[in-house]
Amino acid sequence: MRIVGMRKASYLLVLLSFVFVTPPLVCGGEWSGYIAGEYRYFPHDPIDPRQHGNNYSIAFEPEYYTEWSDGQQSLTIVPYARFDQHDDKRSHFDLREFTWLFAEEVWELRVGIRKLFWGVTESQHLVDIINQTDLVEFPDGEQKLGQPMINLAFIQDWGTIDLFVLPYFRERTFPGVNGRLRSHPRVDVDRARYESSREETHIDCALRWAHSIDYWDIGLSEFYGTSRDPSFILEANTSGENVFIPIYNIIHQTGLDIQATVESWLWKLEVIRRSGQGETYSAATGGLEYTFFGLFDTGADLGLVVEYLYDDRGEDANTPFEDDIFAGVRFTLNDVQSTEALLGIVSDREDEAVVYALEASRRIADSWTLEIDARVYTNISASDPLYSFRNDDFLQLVLAYHF
Amino acid sequence: MTKWLFALLLLTLLPVNVTAESAEEKGLAIAVEADKRDNGWADQVSRLKMVLRNRRGDQSTRENRSRVLEVNGDGDKSLIVFDSPRDVKGTAFLSYTHAIKPDDQWLYLPALKRVKRISSSNKSGPFMGSEFAYEDISSQEVEKYSYKYLKDERLDGRDTFVIERYPQYKHSGYKRQVVWVDKQMYQPLKIEYYDRKNALLKTLTYHEYQQYLDRYWRSGRMEMVNHQTGKSTTLHWLEYKFQTGLTERDFDRNTLKRAK
Repeated sequence: MRIVGMRKASYLLVLLSFVFVTPPLVCGGEWSGYIAGEYRYFPHDPIDPRQHGNNYSIAFEPEYYTEWSDGQQSLTIVPYARFDQHDDKRSHFDLREFTWLFAEEVWELRVGIRKLFWGVTESQHLVDIINQTDLVEFPDGEQKLGQPMINLAFIQDWGTIDLFVLPYFRERTFPGVNGRLRSHPRVDVDRARYESSREETHIDCALRWAHSIDYWDIGLSEFYGTSRDPSFILEANTSGENVFIPIYNIIHQTGLDIQATVESWLWKLEVIRRSGQGETYSAATGGLEYTFFGLFDTGADLGLVVEYLYDDRGEDANTPFEDDIFAGVRFTLNDVQSTEALLGIVSDREDEAVVYALEASRRIADSWTLEIDARVYTNISASDPLYSFRNDDFLQLVLAYHF
Repeated sequence: MTKWLFALLLLTLLPVNVTAESAEEKGLAIAVEADKRDNGWADQVSRLKMVLRNRRGDQSTRENRSRVLEVNGDGDKSLIVFDSPRDVKGTAFLSYTHAIKPDDQWLYLPALKRVKRISSSNKSGPFMGSEFAYEDISSQEVEKYSYKYLKDERLDGRDTFVIERYPQYKHSGYKRQVVWVDKQMYQPLKIEYYDRKNALLKTLTYHEYQQYLDRYWRSGRMEMVNHQTGKSTTLHWLEYKFQTGLTERDFDRNTLKRAK
């Protein structure tokens, strides 16, 4: 039913786009994108026998771009599809982007489906709230679903003001029964509940001011609407199975993100205050990144990242990162193959859980890339939201062809 | 006859004797004149093709588009958008260069839609895996170096001033550079880069100079050879356009997000 609703919204946008943007469709444009094969290796047996071990998957993301009236207007279309060997929830289609842009001297208007990012920190993205997380993609939550929006930006000497009207809400995706890296019990996305009677058609709004002054980059944002990250209640479904039901509240969130870039130091801070989802709470991520450039007289860089993750709800938070420290080492070889690697750990100061993360990538020939990702979950206590992942250490290889 | 010759000799010597400028002053004067002659182009747009070669001769190619805005009284603003390799297509690099204080640099990562302010202390780092460092391709302001005139020399049939320059900004990868400046164009024909240990690191040669708007000389091909690694990079500058009407607005963070 919800899929139908989404389709309706998409059709409306497509229709609107045709009204606005008939010219480009005859002017040609350019295609780019990638197709990627993915393999996941899980060394431990799953908690639930319905889950699988090793997993293959394919993702395809083409991008069409065209511009006219001397670049003042443009159209971007980015569909996305993934086919997964075992998890029918992970096999999914999304319109990542379908945006018409009109740029004037002091303002820019964007209408359509779009992805955008707010924030500065590395370990988590508290301030970034516009797009819903496409959680079936990867457990770090950095992959996002396309968000329908009307966005008007005013560009002034004193910064940029962005106004957003978000007419349709996207529910978070969660791995299905057969998928790994999911909660136990699983999340039943078909029974999601809303605080608003308008459900996913509640019109959300957001406002952001962003500016660069000397070595400071500052962003201040306000969001009113449906919370992108749900709360959960545990309920038995008709077949007697306990499942988590996502509940989407109407929230207010104020966010602040600051970065100071001083020589080889990056100082970063993100703070949010949210009301409407349980008790009003605050959360923050703050830290620094220092880079040794040109290590050992080579072109390689070595970066050290340390961040503290805080949530004043403490153990009651629906996030595992309420009193945690992230520490990471980033290698950038700056070679022809653009070889990069980030090795990090997130450590909970309270229950001593430690998550190890490796993210590495390298270009092969001109059109291929290889990515290696790994996560190891150790010492996870039963009260930690990551407890469900305790058997889900994994190694992931992605080989992608870019065109 | 000898009297006449003597007079002529005296005449040619005269300017040198009168001004009696030091080698440092003459070096600076050449840099200032080069800067003055290359003033007023307002903005320039071009395509850039880089061919990277390793010691074995394996090649790989990068293509991007560059826009530069001339800023009076400060360093230029530039925006580079990557077209290939295809996995970095749409990545954009925005830079506000400054003479002595650190440049401001932002990188737009299209996969994450993220604009990242990055440290500009990596002046000596390779640009896109090439033999060109960021400091080799960024705007060459007079204040970035101190200078010393060395000699006049003929290079490939052209008269040049040979000057030495010493980076004044922090984090340079070089102790000094020797520059062959063409006397007619007041543009470099060759630069030798010496690393911080004063060993010859790289040689850059400029080819296929063309004049635009009857005034501004631009090289169509630049060859950089790294003597220590045996690697080399060729830069092809294509489709140069000047005074296209770009403004500050074409070089802000919003533009970075929609640069394609």
